[in-house]
Parts: sequence; structure tokens; C-alpha cells
Amino acid sequence: MYNLKKIRSDFPMLDGKTMQGHPLVYLDNAATTFKPKAVLKAIEKYYTEYTANAHRGDYDLTHTVDVKFDEARQTVADFINAKKEEVVFTSGTSMSLNMVAYGWGAKYLKKGDEILLTQAEHASNVLPWFKVAEMTGAKIGYIPLDAEGRLTVESLRKTITDKTKVVAVAHVTNVLGFTVDIKALAKLTHEFGAIIVVDGAQSVPHLKTDVKDLDCDFLAFSGHKLCGPTGIGVLYGKYALLQKTDPFMTGGGMNARFDMCGEVSYLQPPLKFEAGTQNIEGVLGLAAAIKYLQNIGLDNIASHEHELRVYAISEMKKLDNVILYNERAEAGIITFNLKGVFGQDAATYFNSRGVAVRSGNHCAKILLTFLNTSNTLRASIYLYTSKEDVDALIDACKKGGDFLDAYFN
Amino acid sequence: MPTLINPQMMRQVIMDHYEHPRNKRIPKDDRYLKIHMDSASCIDDIYVYLLVENGIIKDCCFDGVACTISTASASIMTELVMGKTLKDALYIIKQYTAMIHEEKYDDSVLDEAIVFMNTAKQAARIKCATIGWDGLEELIHESEGEKHDHR
Repeated sequence: MYNLKKIRSDFPMLDGKTMQGHPLVYLDNAATTFKPKAVLKAIEKYYTEYTANAHRGDYDLTHTVDVKFDEARQTVADFINAKKEEVVFTSGTSMSLNMVAYGWGAKYLKKGDEILLTQAEHASNVLPWFKVAEMTGAKIGYIPLDAEGRLTVESLRKTITDKTKVVAVAHVTNVLGFTVDIKALAKLTHEFGAIIVVDGAQSVPHLKTDVKDLDCDFLAFSGHKLCGPTGIGVLYGKYALLQKTDPFMTGGGMNARFDMCGEVSYLQPPLKFEAGTQNIEGVLGLAAAIKYLQNIGLDNIASHEHELRVYAISEMKKLDNVILYNERAEAGIITFNLKGVFGQDAATYFNSRGVAVRSGNHCAKILLTFLNTSNTLRASIYLYTSKEDVDALIDACKKGGDFLDAYFN
Repeated sequence: MPTLINPQMMRQVIMDHYEHPRNKRIPKDDRYLKIHMDSASCIDDIYVYLLVENGIIKDCCFDGVACTISTASASIMTELVMGKTLKDALYIIKQYTAMIHEEKYDDSVLDEAIVFMNTAKQAARIKCATIGWDGLEELIHESEGEKHDHR
């Protein structure tokens, strides 16, 4: 049994907070998520019981931190079915993707090589590749989306060529919430000798992820979108690729030795990518968040989200002032507009009713030409979202035409 | 504008300026000063244009994609400053900005712009209510010869 009441009681942000005088209805989980007490406790424990730096000393405290840090890496590795040495801690998805683009892309791409993206990618999986293309002379190409906005393997088959060296795509897209068949894309990509880089920011928090099964070469995700702290994320890479990838930052903790003649030898992955004192509280908080999700079960979370999504869509379809952009998407992301209301005005009205949704282009600016609108609203659900939350959203949609109420009521 | 204005009238004024924005056009005259205002925190993406002759605002217009609050406030602004001296225009901008931030202001020069007096209720929209005005202020300084670096 999915015990929603118990789950909600684990989150201090859900203990009866209000926004604009209404009970808080948080539907912006694709942007960030609330944190359960277990995560806060893990962070506090590091600062109250065993504060010390990792990999640094010869005394018990630092040894404790080393052990916990190592255990956390193992927790992350198990979570995505990777090996521990394939898990690099970063500040989040953006940094992870930049590390691949600069550390691998800038080193190996040449003039005339091709990087394939889609119009649905988040800026974090677009702009680093633009930069690398500029640096190396490689070209950016786009795999066309189908009429609904989906990326299919057929579409990649039509686009990929012998010149393609990188395919960089999101597992679940952040605006439309479609789940991409990464396994099939990876297989095809590898047939052409290219690598596939997966943006897992919107997928890893919601879907059981198995990097071995997907056979992706790199996978990036963030802690804060899966109930962990901000400022911590992960780059997974196949070990042989990580060995070939250059470190993005150099400094303490990532070199084995260096001398005054400039001879440097770096540590092996993942440590060679982790220069400087790491975000230790973030790493420990991330591991606590993963354990929390595993305890509930990723499959249970996914089916709870699915149930709510189906309910929300069926209710929204009853309203004739709602335009839905991704009715058939798999993820708990609902992208819509109210007819005749600019997205930002609608979002402000929702705010006045205590409902937090995102308006805008959701950092996927090139998608808007595809959708034919300058902006959309996005409601996104997670493990603690309730049917009552969805009802509050529906109710706000019904009255959203009077959006100036936000200023005058 | 009557001194006693009720919320219903205020809403009508905002909607009227949103649906029928005044001076929303791109001038075809290269003597206009122009500024691009966009915001990382929202979608508003507008251009403000200003033509000054002998210290008087000869024309002020805007264009772009923006929400109700920024469109209507820019529309009202263009009407308000048309034909004013730069000094008077700056005074109006200052009063408007003070009103938006819930500080003391002189409402005698704001006319229809007082419909935005409740903006602070939706703090995330303060930027929208001021984006056109901030642009105009920079253009006025530019025309006065003090080149301000715009972000």
C-alpha cells in the first residue's frame, strides 16, 4: 500500500504551510523537490557528529567521513546499477554535462564531426555543445521530433551519419515529459561508433535507472530533483570513457603527485574529477535521499505519479479553457495553457490561490517554435503529491480566466 | 483619472491596455534610441524606443512579447510621458517606481498608472510592472549623455 499520509508527514515543507493565505500546493517538482527529514538529519549529523574533511587525515574523524563518503558513492552506484568508480560527484546536471562536453567533447571532436541534439533539450544539454562546436569546428545537428514532440529511434536512424560522434539527449524531456527509449538509441548510436550522453535530470528521480541495461555512455543527474540537497549531482560514465576524459578542474585531491617541472600525474576516476574539498554534506544528503526513495520503491513512486497524472489529464480535458500540450506523455509533467491567458499571468493567478506551477519556456527555448507558443505552464508531480493538490490545480484552471484577481482580491 | 477608483475599474484599465496596447510599434526612424529589456526571471522580452527633441519626449513606443502586467504598464507609460520634458518624465518614473515598491509617492502625476498599486501583492511580478519603465529611464539618461551600462 502506498502510504501517502506517512510520506507527506516526512516532509517539513508539507506540514501545513500556506502561500497567499491558501494551503501550499506545490506542483513545481520538475524544478526542484522538497526534502524529507531523513535528508536533513543526514546533513545535520555530518555537522554535529563527525565534521572533518574527506581523504585528508590520519585521525578517526576524517576516517569516519571517508567511510561515509565512500558508502554514499556506493549507494549512488547501486541506485543506477553502476560501479562505484564510475560515479563522479558534481554540483548538478549542468556541471556533469559541461564536464562531458569540455572534458571529452573538446578533446576528441574535430572539424566536420557532428553532435546530435533535439529541440526538446534543456539549455544545459545544448549550450555546452554549442560552445564545444565553436571550439572544435564540429557541427550541431537536430534529430527531428515527431508530430507529438517525441524523439524516436526511427528519427535518429534517419539523422545519424558516420560523421556523428555524440548523441546528447534527455531521458525524459523537461517540457513535454516524454520518455525516450534510450536503450534503442544507444544501440543505434554505438553502431555508428558514436557515444550517447543522457541528461537524466527528469528521469532518474522518477524511473528506475539501470545504466548497464540502457548502455548509455554518460548519464547526468541532480540531487535536488530527487529530494536531495541543492549543489550536488552525479556524472556517471563508463569507466574506460572516464579514463579518457580530461578533468574539468584541477587542484587538490585529484592529483597523485606533481613537481616543479610541470610533471603531473592525476588520480584515477572518479577522484581525478573531484578537485578541491567536495560538497560533503551534499554527498551525504544525496545518499540519504536515494535511500529514502528506495525504501518507498521507485516503481511505487512511478505508479503513484502515473495515477495522479491520468486523473489530472482526465479532469483537465473536461475544461474547455485548457490547452494540453502533452496529453500522452509518460512522466508526471503536465504542460498546458489557459486559452487567451499569457502563461505568466496564469501562473501569478495560481500563486494567488496557493498553487505553485512554473510558467515560461522551462530552459528549453528552442522547443517553443515547435509548440507554436511563446510560453507554457507546467505542473509537475512527485511522490508526495496528493489528489487534493491536483484538485486545487483543476479548480484554479476553472477560474483562471479572471487572472487579475491575483492583484485585486 | 478620478481620485476614487475602484478595483473593477482598475482591472478594466489594465485589460484595455493589454488588449489594445497604445504605442506598441517599431519606429522606422533611426534617430530613435532603443533598448532591449529581457529578464532571466520571467518571459518578458520587450524593446523600448525613445525620440527626444530639444529636451522634450517627442515619441515613446515599445514592442515585444510580454505578460499583461508588463504590456499594460508599458502602454500606460508611453502615454504618460509623451510630450513631457526629460525632467518631468524622470519625476513620473520615480513616483511610479516608489508606488510599485510600496514607498511614499506623489500620485498626482501617475494618472492611469495607479492601477498597478497592488503589484507588490504578487512580488514575482514587480519586475514585470517596471521592465518598460526601467528601459525608458535608461534611455532618458542615455539621451542626456550619461551612457549607462545596461547590465
